[in-house]
Amino acid sequence: MSRSPRASGYFRTSYDQDLALVQTRLERTSLGVFIAALLAFPLIASPFQLDLACQVFLASIGALSLMLLTGYAGQISLGHAGLLAAGAFTVGILFRETNAPFWITLPAAAAVGGLLGIIFGLPSLRLRGLYLAVSTLALHFVVIYLGGEYEARRGFSTGIVVDPPKLGGVSITDARAWYFILLGAAAATLLVCLNLLRARTGRAWRALRTRETVAEALGIGVASYKLLAFVISSAVTAVAGALFAYYRGFVSVEAFSLFLTIQYLAMVIIGGMGSLLGALLGAIFVTLFPYIIEIGLLALPGAQRHASLLFAVNYAAFGLVMILFLMFEPLGLVGMWRRMQNYFLLWPFKHRRAGGSRG
Amino acid sequence: MQLIVNITVLAAIYALLACGYVLIYRVSRVMNMAHGELAMLGAYLLYTTASLFTDHPVGAIAAALVLSLTVGVLVYVALMRKMTGQMVLAAILTTIAIGILLRGVIVLIWSAAQQHPLQALKFSNPSIELIGGARISTCAALMVLATVAVYTALFVFLRFGRWGMRLRAAGQNPLLAAQRGINLNAIYALAWALSTLTGSIAGMLIALDSGLDQTMVVIGLKAFAPALVGGLDSLLGALVGAVIVASAEVLAIHYVDPLLSDVVPFLVLIAALIVRPWGLFGTREELDRV
Repeated sequence: MSRSPRASGYFRTSYDQDLALVQTRLERTSLGVFIAALLAFPLIASPFQLDLACQVFLASIGALSLMLLTGYAGQISLGHAGLLAAGAFTVGILFRETNAPFWITLPAAAAVGGLLGIIFGLPSLRLRGLYLAVSTLALHFVVIYLGGEYEARRGFSTGIVVDPPKLGGVSITDARAWYFILLGAAAATLLVCLNLLRARTGRAWRALRTRETVAEALGIGVASYKLLAFVISSAVTAVAGALFAYYRGFVSVEAFSLFLTIQYLAMVIIGGMGSLLGALLGAIFVTLFPYIIEIGLLALPGAQRHASLLFAVNYAAFGLVMILFLMFEPLGLVGMWRRMQNYFLLWPFKHRRAGGSRG
Repeated sequence: MQLIVNITVLAAIYALLACGYVLIYRVSRVMNMAHGELAMLGAYLLYTTASLFTDHPVGAIAAALVLSLTVGVLVYVALMRKMTGQMVLAAILTTIAIGILLRGVIVLIWSAAQQHPLQALKFSNPSIELIGGARISTCAALMVLATVAVYTALFVFLRFGRWGMRLRAAGQNPLLAAQRGINLNAIYALAWALSTLTGSIAGMLIALDSGLDQTMVVIGLKAFAPALVGGLDSLLGALVGAVIVASAEVLAIHYVDPLLSDVVPFLVLIAALIVRPWGLFGTREELDRV
């Protein structure tokens, strides 16, 4: 996605080339191989691995939308779990009350998300930084309370059961079908984000993040673009929540604790601020992290004794990893990836030529 | 009458926790999202020292207080010092990460089951009858007294103490303060230590009154509301904010719905943010610190 000249001597000679998302042949082939691998994955994967992949896709959608808001538009939000909950509860409530099919509930979830986005975003017109973080945190608790209240009032005290969506009279329960649906959803989200970011909207957001006053002087409607960032991000998040509800077949407020928000923030941080690739890497890392810890813990001697501690070890290790990234690698996984790339690009030299083109 | 007592006790809890937020924010402009966890850690430390010195309850409490002071200093020296001058988001996220880490470590060391430091200290907690037929448990009464004591001490310290003056100076203008020869690192460490100490006192008293488990984190988060309602850099504001939030919460529980108890502080918080984002007694600053 970098618009800078390439190190290899590849020059764009037409506007079509300049606009293309995939540019060189190497990029095309590697992308093709990657897509083929993704499509072939369910043929060889075990059900457990399929489930992991689906979780990664769901997390990627949420992480991408948070990256738009925090990484690009520069608005801090601690209400991400609340928005996911809103999407999931829209599905649950519509399904329970009206038995609505998925092609009604998903747009409805997006609409609810967008609406909440306006509510979450309104404080941002007046507040910045820490205060915005706190107000979104407060809204998170309000959404969760409303969800819990619905559960309590309607007698679904443990949660709402949602049947799998029906497509042409057949309900989708097959894990492989879900894999492709979620893969499609994640890919679509990525494409939407990519295109949003290289268009006027994305440039306006980046200007907003860098310096609001200057952005306003440049003729960018600060208020409307801020709200737009919240609305788009929240709508996408709510759809992710809705998909989560269908995928799990179950909605409960317990699933949307503050810890979920922190996990999504961690994806953005660990992945690397201001990079879509970072959001994807972060989503993979954070989703797989507890399973890695589990494998590591079970490999230790006396595994059964440790099993009950798993939850606590997870928390502690997660906090530790987050601290380490914040302190020693603020650019996240993407920063590491770029450094590695540079290392090979520049080899055998160690440093870039001063004033030369960016690698 | 009972309502007023309930409000007073809850306000005392909130005020005692909120002053920790205020202390750190006032000096270093960082919001400490791990405050609830630090308070919980303080309570668990008391539980441990109580089981170690079974015959000396006073010694146990003193040891726990000293330990929590040390924890505060350690958190600053080991982690937050690197975050000075960084983006606010990074600092907030670091405190969140510290909170998660602490939660995990606490369960690893002390297990997730509810503990009762009161029994470990061999204290009893009889309820006292007040005028008007209202009842208050001894620990709750202690809580109110402790709040009064802590606030008085903080006021005297900040107003007249040499280090208190340095603390205020560092909060007002770190650069100038540093040029006048004030050791900023020591000041920040002091703020973290004091904040952890007051938080731990609150945590210990809550634990003595109603047992000790992971729910204390939520109380810590709720206590953020009074700090912000009163103004993040004003101790007096924290006190007033605590009374406002506590009355709203107790009245809502009593007259509307007990389920509201976890939401009301945040509703008050939203209302305050809409009307007066810098709080009742806070200095109106430029809210641009990202």
